Amino acid sequence: MSKTAKIDVKDQNLLGALRQFLKAVLDQEAIHAVLVPWRLPMKNMVMPTLITDPERLERVDPLSPAFPMNGAKVVSRLTRKATGRKVAAMMRPCEIRAFVELVKLKQARMEDLLIIGTDCLGALTNQDYFKWVGDDMDQATQTFYTAVLSGKGEGLGDVSLAPACQVCEFPVPAGADLAVGLFGVNTSDELLIEAQTPQGEAFLEALGLAGAEAPSGRQQSIDKLVAERTAARDEMFVRTREATDSLEKLTRYLANCVNCYNCRVACPVCYCRECVFVTDVFDHEPLQYLLWASRKGAIKMPTDTVFYHITRLAHMSTACVGCGQCSNACPNDIPVMELFRTVAHQTQRAFEYEAGRNVDEAPPLTQFKEKEFEEVVGIS
Amino acid sequence: MTDFEPTIVAFFCNWCTYTAADLAGTSRLSYPANVKIIRVMCSGMVDPQYVIKALLEGADGVIIGGCNPGDCHYINGNYKARRRVKLLKEILPSFGFEAERLRLAWIAASDGILLAEMMRDFTEQIKVLGPSAPKLRMVI
Repeated sequence: MSKTAKIDVKDQNLLGALRQFLKAVLDQEAIHAVLVPWRLPMKNMVMPTLITDPERLERVDPLSPAFPMNGAKVVSRLTRKATGRKVAAMMRPCEIRAFVELVKLKQARMEDLLIIGTDCLGALTNQDYFKWVGDDMDQATQTFYTAVLSGKGEGLGDVSLAPACQVCEFPVPAGADLAVGLFGVNTSDELLIEAQTPQGEAFLEALGLAGAEAPSGRQQSIDKLVAERTAARDEMFVRTREATDSLEKLTRYLANCVNCYNCRVACPVCYCRECVFVTDVFDHEPLQYLLWASRKGAIKMPTDTVFYHITRLAHMSTACVGCGQCSNACPNDIPVMELFRTVAHQTQRAFEYEAGRNVDEAPPLTQFKEKEFEEVVGIS
Repeated sequence: MTDFEPTIVAFFCNWCTYTAADLAGTSRLSYPANVKIIRVMCSGMVDPQYVIKALLEGADGVIIGGCNPGDCHYINGNYKARRRVKLLKEILPSFGFEAERLRLAWIAASDGILLAEMMRDFTEQIKVLGPSAPKLRMVI
């Protein structure tokens, strides 16, 4: 079903080509606005920005390694109710997968939306990004995509991809209406545009781009990258399990936590409108703390740190897409992503589920069958 | 550890397992006093966090009791409980909690004898496992 076309790249300027392409998308009668990673005028930062004025597309930068938030939540805000106006949203693969989870939870809608995915070059952690970016953003982005696409990673100085990106086996979007292909493509001449849905196909037709086949080496370079990432991921799983396989180790792993709940705020699939940990349930009487302290001799304040993390694992690990924004948001450098991905891999496998894979697959805890998991039940 | 008396927290469905516990009582059947019963309206309302909290606060074992398949007063609450127990049995052992510390059982309202037997059996099983980690060290 997939249909592919190409857009030309002039003077090695990938961003210029992408901006032209987005301009053509926004020019379409059907598209009211585009949501894109956009360089803020007041600082060298890239944020998701909703644009209706084609002139503003000059600051679009989908290839920057800035990844300050998972855009799925933003797209959910734009789509949760019908507007009758279509938005084209450009997202990284992990943002698309998180968005798919939100659609299943009825917190977002696929209607009135055109998803434009990109082959993901990865991102830097916020801290590394600020340290690294400098004043010339054109230069910074070009250095970054050249380094990643050459496969050598040279030129990034003393920073490397965020831990989540280093172990991400989904660098290529699936389920996007249109997907921009970079890996295994001769990007000095052209970028690949692939329609992955019927809507995307119709749209590609309307854009009137020159048809093209995917380059023969593309699948091979994707397979190689995915294999490397999967191997790195499995090593990370082993390291993390080893670091957390007892209560003693888990408490050491989480000891820096100050219960700020930033990881939960940053998480695109932490779906509760109001988290139980900020409700009255945890608004204990002052005397209660003193009684607990009397019973145990000492209680760490604030309390319920491990309880919070394990509960969050129980609530959202089956929907975890591994975007790493939890680690990015942690003020005390706890490797939250590693813990959550490791457990999520196990819980998703237990229900033969993969977060973000398919919008038609119901989340594991929203469905059940009469005969299943009988091994967990028993009177002895 | 022969003199170890475990603390066991039980979440029993109002319509079946709790009624069975009542029946055991009125039938003068005895079961270990280690089991602290919390009556809930349905096993399907036991959020994973109740189990996690109980274990972290020092419960050595947790039992969830629900209706037999097809008998749920709310049609399918027990099936939801089963999925949640499946989930917890994936997560808790990652952190060193033995999967056997959590048990899900279907016990009908008329099964007073079975209930008393199960409580004895589970208490014995937990005695063999010994105290759970949160009893022995600080939990943050």
